[in-house]
This record gives sequence, structure tokens and C-alpha cells, in this order.
Amino acid sequence: MGSGIFTQSTRAARWTAAGAAMVMAGVLAGCGSNGGSGGDGGTLTAYVYGDDAVKVQQAAVEEFNKTSKVKVKLIPVPGTEYVNKLRSAMGSPSAPDIFYNWGSGSIKPYRDAGQLVDLTSTVKNDATLKDGFLPSIIEAGSLDGKIYGVPMRGMQPVMLFYNKKLFAENKLEAPKTWEELQHAITTFKDKGITPFALGGQEKWPELMWLEYLLDRIGGPEVFNKIQSGDASAWGDPAVLKSAQTVKELVDGGAFGKNFNSVDYGSGAAPTLLSKGKAAMHLMGSWEYSTQLGKAPEFAKNDLAWANFPTVAGGVGDPANVVGNPTNYWSINSRTKHKDAAIAFLKTMASKSYAQALVDNGDVPTTSNAASMLSGSPNPQFAKDQYDMVQKAPSFTLSWDQALESGVATPLLTEISKLFAGKSTPEQFVAAMKAVK
Amino acid sequence: MSHVSSYKKVRGGRKAAAGNVGRPSVAWAVPGIVFFALFAIVPLAIAVYLSFCRWDGLNAPTPIGMGNWTRLFKDPEFRQAAWLSLLLTSVSWLFQTPVALLLGVWAAGKQRSRAVLSAVFFIPLLLSTTAIAMLFHALLDPNFGVIRTIGPWFGIDPNIMGSSTGALLTVAFVGGWQFMPFHTLIYQGGTRQIPQVLYQAAEIDGAGMLRQFFHITLPQLRHTITTSSVLMIVGSLTYFDTVLIMTRGGPGTDTTVLPYLMYRTGFQTYDLGYAAAIATALVVVATALSLILVRFSGFGNMRSTREGM
Repeated sequence: MGSGIFTQSTRAARWTAAGAAMVMAGVLAGCGSNGGSGGDGGTLTAYVYGDDAVKVQQAAVEEFNKTSKVKVKLIPVPGTEYVNKLRSAMGSPSAPDIFYNWGSGSIKPYRDAGQLVDLTSTVKNDATLKDGFLPSIIEAGSLDGKIYGVPMRGMQPVMLFYNKKLFAENKLEAPKTWEELQHAITTFKDKGITPFALGGQEKWPELMWLEYLLDRIGGPEVFNKIQSGDASAWGDPAVLKSAQTVKELVDGGAFGKNFNSVDYGSGAAPTLLSKGKAAMHLMGSWEYSTQLGKAPEFAKNDLAWANFPTVAGGVGDPANVVGNPTNYWSINSRTKHKDAAIAFLKTMASKSYAQALVDNGDVPTTSNAASMLSGSPNPQFAKDQYDMVQKAPSFTLSWDQALESGVATPLLTEISKLFAGKSTPEQFVAAMKAVK
Repeated sequence: MSHVSSYKKVRGGRKAAAGNVGRPSVAWAVPGIVFFALFAIVPLAIAVYLSFCRWDGLNAPTPIGMGNWTRLFKDPEFRQAAWLSLLLTSVSWLFQTPVALLLGVWAAGKQRSRAVLSAVFFIPLLLSTTAIAMLFHALLDPNFGVIRTIGPWFGIDPNIMGSSTGALLTVAFVGGWQFMPFHTLIYQGGTRQIPQVLYQAAEIDGAGMLRQFFHITLPQLRHTITTSSVLMIVGSLTYFDTVLIMTRGGPGTDTTVLPYLMYRTGFQTYDLGYAAAIATALVVVATALSLILVRFSGFGNMRSTREGM
């Protein structure tokens, strides 16, 4: 491992694999120019997902560097490139010492390659870490009962966002049952309003629907089995029923006619909701800050949120939640400054760090968060979100993070085929069972 | 070749020096060869090697023999992607060649405002592919893009990116829009090389504009057409950025062309061995197509378009 020549040549190989695809060159340039040199000269490089929240981590790094001899150097990687760049870097000698991740399946390849520091005993023997976070959150990021990550950002449950004004005008309330949902769909359709905004050009917003449907129909156990590597669990009747429900929703016009060419990243789907062209939007809790940024008036006056409704005949607890419990820092086993890295991770449990997250509009996963939420930019939203997660009997991690990329990528492709009407629910199930 | 030998003849005739002076020594080619080997041959060889391995990018590659290749020939996704690539290539060629040829011939003339318009036509080539793709993506947004207003005037469904045919045609159109100026430039250069005496002779014989175009310009551009077509075909076969940004291979997998399938397999699924197999197949197909084209167009034997002049 780590032989320089090999890495050079594999990088060259990727060049060819990229062949004439020019954009690849950009990706590689990204890989080549990373500043991390594996912790030489008393620095720890830390990769973090580059979005607005980076400023919170940057502040924590500056605070830590004031007292520590080993300095942390934060490298924000632009969101869409993050997974790729991390993967390329981890296969090279210039891997980061500390890196942001989603826990569970997203770090499994690194764990399997022996690249992660096992933090189980560190967390168990350290009161700050052990009692600092909600236990369900620590657990959600672990792999086979072992802890590899320390929570470092806010929680991101998927919620049903809706336009309060449209609901009031049509004398509706947030749907709690499938019947109420159907009623809302029909009402809005008759008014020429798209019931649900959906950024179907990107596949993950579609995935959220399947995640909640399977949870409500079959309970979290079905996905747990799938996650444990049992491909036959895709054959569970609840999976088929969920896929059929998706088809019914699509055919019934719940997402309108053109969701296939609607984007999320460019803001098209959130704008549908804020402009009143769509009534509801199933999205991660970041939708709130997205709306606050793009349509502040709407976010303050008309944006409301609720739990995903029950599905008729389903066995899942309607209090269950899916989404990203939080994000984690993990430590590269090749780091030269393991103790310093652990010391940095411990600062994540501090009250001042949690406070910084709250000020940024995030809901921290620390156990002391509840008392701080009144200081959030929107206390009601923060509190509802915290309660929702706190009360949830189960918090299923987003499937594309919970599963390894070898399964997650085909899954996203199959889901997009299902939504686009290119495959039937039966074909979806068969295709997923066949993925190795 | 012909160039070199005539050069030799001239030198030999003058008996300037010893026999081997006609050609520069091999040493002159060393920098080029080294560069080419390092950045083309070696990586290609490694990609071929990787296509016989299982590799996740983290651990060392494990050789698995023909595994990836047998999978390739049975994979319906690969078959669909290959078909879509051929379709995209054909559509692109049929769209770009006539327009670029006519524009190029026009731009080679001496009309008024020709230089200004040529410069305007050239602009798309100066923009980055990513910027162009994002621009068209915004224009074609079914709810907020201009397509919502303008589309119905021409009977186009604003959901064009949501339909399989529409998405593929859009990708071909955007690619064509971007690269047409380049091919126009090639044709412009080619047309300007045609000796004026041919046109003068034709005029004396009473040939009009159309006959001049079909009997002089077009045959004289034979090699230019081959050059442009090879570039176009290889370019379309490896067309990737626009697909990534505009359609992400969708709806479903209906614009998942070979390079995008390779990207998805390599950099999203991290099945780099299989991705290398797809890449190698792509190299083989693209090379074969250009060879066939060169062979059957008579480009290979370098028959001059000016024989007898």
C-alpha cells in the first residue's frame, strides 16, 4: 500500500479511463492539487463538505489551533465533488487525516481497506464524547457495532414541507394519513396546482419517497436487512408495495407531468413550492435554510412542515424518520498525529461548538442541544425538528449513504427508471435483487 | 510521405552532403515520443490491464481474467449505452456536417459583413462546455425556462428534457451548437485552398453557382470532409460533459451514452475494473470507426485532390 509508483500509474490509468471525456481532466486536476500531505510538519488535513456550514467548522479549527501544537488545516471540497475527491485521495498517499462523512455504508469501503481508526473504546471511555451526543446518533453512524465517527454537524431528517397559504385557501390540513394525502392530491390537481414538487432529474429526491414509503409500509426492519447485505430482502412484499405506490403516485399526477426535467440543485424544485406552483415538497430539513435564502418572505410566512403520513395497511411507526442523522468526522488510520486528531474530535462535543451550529440554523445532535434551541434563527423549526428526531423510534439513514456505492448507484438508476415509467415495480424489484 | 521524399530528391539532386542527410535524425522525435508514450500509450496499457482486474480504487487491483469482458458482452446497460452513443454520433454528424459545410463555404467568400458574422458564429466555441450545458439547462427548465413560453409556439413540449427522444436530441443539438464553429473553420480553410482557376474555368464553361458547388467545391473538400467527420465522430462518441450536466443520463437511462456509463461505473459505483473495460471498448470502437472512415474515403492513400493540375 502507498507505493508511490503504483499510485502514479493508477492515476495515469484513470486518465485513460477518462479517455477523451474532457471533464475528467478537471476531476483529476482536483485530485492532484490537494494540499494535504498526510500530516507532515505537525499538520492535520481535514476534508469537509464545502457548503455554507463550513464557517462553523472553520471557527472550531481556529479555536483548536490556538492551543494545539499540531495544527488542523481545513480543506472544504465543493459538494458535488466531495465523494469523488475523498475516494481518490484515500487511494493515494495524499489522503486527509480527518474527513467528513455520513457514517455507515459511506465509510464501509475505507473500513474494509483498514483505513479507519476504530474509535469505539475512545468514545466509550471518554465522558465528554460518550454522554455528549444523542446515543441514537452515534449508533446510526457506526458499522457492525463499532464506532468510527464523531458527530460534527446538525441533524437532517427528511420532512414534508408544505405551503401553509395554499392549504388554508383550500381548507386542508397537513395530511396525517394516506387518505388525507390522496384528498389533498385531488384537491390541488383540480386547482391546477402540482401536489408535490419533485426534482426528478436528480435521483436522490426520488429516493426519499421510496425510503419513507418502505418505512411506513414494512417498518424499518426491511431496510435494515437490505443494509446488512441481504439482497434477497429486496424481494420483501413491502418493497414491491412501495414501488407500486410510487407508480400510483406518478400515474395519478402527484408530481405533475414534467418532474423528470425538474432540477433540485439549480433551485427549480424549491421555487415551485415557494411560488405556489406546487403545494408540498418532501425534502431534507435543509429545505428550510434553502427557502430562507431564496425566498425569505415565503420561508417566514407560509412555509410549514410535518411528518410523513401513514400508509394504509402499513406496519411502520408514523413517528419513524428517514434522512441523515448527522455527519461525522472519521480519522484516517495512516495519520501521524492520532492523539491530536482525537483531541480535535472531542471539541465537537463542546457547548460552544453546539452553540455555533445553533446560530447557523442547524440543530446539533449533542445531548445538551434542547436548551439552546430557543436561540436559533427559527426556534419553532429547530424545536420541531429536534423533537421529531428525539421521539423517533427509528432513524433510517438515507439509503444512498447507508449502502455501499456498488449497490447505491444501481439503486438510484433503478429508482429513476421507476419514476420515469421506464420500468415496472416488478422490474424494479427484480433488478435490485440482481445487484451484487 | 510525399513531402519527405520530394525533399530528399531535392537534397539528393544537389548532392549537398552524405546520403543520410535527407531526414532529420530520430533524436528529434524523442521528446514527442516520450510525451506520447507517457501520456497516451502507458495509460492506455494500464487501462487495458485494469479491464482484466477488479479494483475499487482503495485496495490493490486483483486480476480476475475475462470477468469484466464477459460481463460487458452480456450487459444490457452496455448494449443500450453503445446504441445510444451510435445514435448520438449519427444525429450529431447529420446535424453538424451540412450546416458547418455550408457555413464554411460561405465564410470562405468575400461578402460584406462576412468577417463580422464569422466572428459571431465563432463565439460558442470559446465558451466552456460546462457553461453552455448549464445555460441550456436553465433555458429548458419546464417551469421557469424560456422553453415554457417559446416551446408551444413551435409545437415543442416544454418537458422536452423529460422525454427520451427529446433529451437525446437536445444533447445532440447543444453539442452541435458548440462545435459547429470549429468545423465551420475547418471547411472555411479547406474551401480557401481550392484554386481559383477551377472556378474561373467553370465560369467560362457556363457553370452556375450550384454546379460550381457540386462539381468543384464539394469534390475538392473531400479530404476536409473526412477530417471533419473523423473529429466529429470521435468527439461525439466520447461526448460526456453535456450529458452529465443536462440529463445525468436520464430520463431513466435513456441518455446514458458510453462515456457516461463509464463515468457512473468508475466514479460513482467505483467498479474501476469494469469501467476500464468500457473505456477500452470505447477506444477500440472509436479507433476502428476512424480507420474505416479514412480507408473508405480514400484519405489513407493521400490521393491528391489536385491531380493533373
